[in-house]
Amino acid sequence: MQNNLSLYRHLYRIRRFEETVLDYFPKGVFKGTTHTYLGQEANAVAVLHWIKSNDLVVSNHRCHGHFLAYGGSLRALFAELMGKVTGVCAGRGGSQHLHWQNFYSNGVQGGMIPIATGMALAEKRKQSGAVTIAFLGDGTLGEGVVYETLNMAALWKAPILYVVENNRIAQTTPIDMALAGTIAGRFHAFGIPTIELDSSDVLEILLAAGELIAQIYQESAPQTLILHTYRFGPHSKGDDTRDSQELDHMRSERDPLKIHASRLPSDQRNTLECEVETEIEQALQQALQDPYPTLSYL
Amino acid sequence: MTTVLESLNTALHHLLDSDTRVLILGEDVLDPYGGAFKVTRGLSSKFPDRVLTTPISEAGMVGIAAGMAMRDLRPVVEIMFGDFVTLIADQLVNHITKFRWMYNDQVRVPLVIRTPMGGRRGYGPTHSQTLEKIFLGIPGLHILAPCDLGDPGQLLADAILVDDEPVLFIENKLLYLAPLQDTTTLTDFSLVSSPSPAVLDYAPVYTLIIRDAPPPAITLVAYGYMATLAREAAWKLAFEHEIFSELVIFTQLAPLAPEPIFASLQRTGRLLVIEEGTLAMGWGAEVLARTAEAFGSNMHAARRIATCQLPIPASEPLEAAVLPEPDDIIQAVKIMVI
Repeated sequence: MQNNLSLYRHLYRIRRFEETVLDYFPKGVFKGTTHTYLGQEANAVAVLHWIKSNDLVVSNHRCHGHFLAYGGSLRALFAELMGKVTGVCAGRGGSQHLHWQNFYSNGVQGGMIPIATGMALAEKRKQSGAVTIAFLGDGTLGEGVVYETLNMAALWKAPILYVVENNRIAQTTPIDMALAGTIAGRFHAFGIPTIELDSSDVLEILLAAGELIAQIYQESAPQTLILHTYRFGPHSKGDDTRDSQELDHMRSERDPLKIHASRLPSDQRNTLECEVETEIEQALQQALQDPYPTLSYL
Repeated sequence: MTTVLESLNTALHHLLDSDTRVLILGEDVLDPYGGAFKVTRGLSSKFPDRVLTTPISEAGMVGIAAGMAMRDLRPVVEIMFGDFVTLIADQLVNHITKFRWMYNDQVRVPLVIRTPMGGRRGYGPTHSQTLEKIFLGIPGLHILAPCDLGDPGQLLADAILVDDEPVLFIENKLLYLAPLQDTTTLTDFSLVSSPSPAVLDYAPVYTLIIRDAPPPAITLVAYGYMATLAREAAWKLAFEHEIFSELVIFTQLAPLAPEPIFASLQRTGRLLVIEEGTLAMGWGAEVLARTAEAFGSNMHAARRIATCQLPIPASEPLEAAVLPEPDDIIQAVKIMVI
């Protein structure tokens, strides 16, 4: 039960963080761009449940959920999106460019896959025992460097878990217009084993991720987790071209929070949600009051 | 006499021997082949675990090496031909040179990418270019080019172990077999070696002047193999045309620290920049712009010599016509000085 509550807390924190971001964007609180993780929360929470302190996480443009599930600070993430000096990277990077402890993200598609794989190979050479988790989306499967890297990852046995979050749409292009063949087939071509799940249930993903990560610790070789998921929000802000009925349907059938909430006693859930609301509000207010970086940060 | 190739190769042997963080990645770098230009010869036999031959995947291997560099290793990547650096552009521009700054100085990417550039071998349009100009001016990227003076191996060693920033290390193909020169071989010249006045203090600037000559009338600026050809031109100008010059040779192309040029220009008032890249928007253009900003109308003349705005032809006479030659330098100097 404790575990279930803790998982729900992570899910709910990400959900409320992202909703707050989208709510406050039109008010001018945040500048630039953002890519929210609404609907995909169970993926990050389940996979990163397993990591140890020296493990590495490499993320992409849609990185808020990964960062928060990794243990990143709400205030620092709000502040980074506001361009404040207390932000994760003092406002230099913004929404897509985060680094804290062993967490790295970048906004260009595909290029972080070799970076992550090189990191995994470095840790292997150093015999640190660390595993690297690299998140990529279905859209990123269009980038050629991904396949150069999978080839070398398999040849050189990089201790890395590739997590493909297939939200079935790349910005506005549906997957059936962008991806021939299968996702698993891409990894199997290089002899990289995969587990494939079509689920928004954090517990189901947790089991699969745990199995793969345990195998990486044991065999020191790449594995892939393919998660068919749904993106509830727009690609960025207000750029959703999908049918609203389809969106309503996925929100009612595939909401990871709804699925997991049913396992919790309602009083405990309510208390937890109130705690998170307070936490979010405090983090937002703190970030709002935080100063911008001085020009010495240039 | 030691060649530039031997100097680089020996340095890599010493580095792999002395520091286990150093590793080599590249295409066909294993013995007995030892790399397309043999810079990595012998390394894989002595250090089989730290010399990785890669698939033909320039972007992937550079990204992997960058990830290694961010996790405390000191990787050195060989790109077989400099023409292929276009394939690593995204890694260089949007990843490798971005991380340190955009992550608020919390990381370093001490990665060296070595690659041969240049023509005069008849390899044709896609294996003869001098493409470092594409990457000049990218914030956070150091671009170095050894010449046949000083210690190219030491320059490479410092780039690998001393420099914490990513380095693009440009090796002109014709320099590989060139013997290293010093004042015992360059008997008609006096040679001043000074550390670069800014940014990197390990990449020297060399100044060559004709020994016991009258005051120089023009400053020549070059790097890489063009410094060798400019030296030939400077000798001929002195002994066949009685025009004396000061040749300033850079090993650090970017960031540009132009002070040695300014110092020479105080003495000569005339500047000719010589490069093997194509003329438009190149290194010479930046040198001239910086000099114009500093000197304004106090300069008598300024010009560039570079490769024509064309692909490099395979045919020998056509290739020679497109690339800058010592005679081109001599003709330009005569026009500028007289």
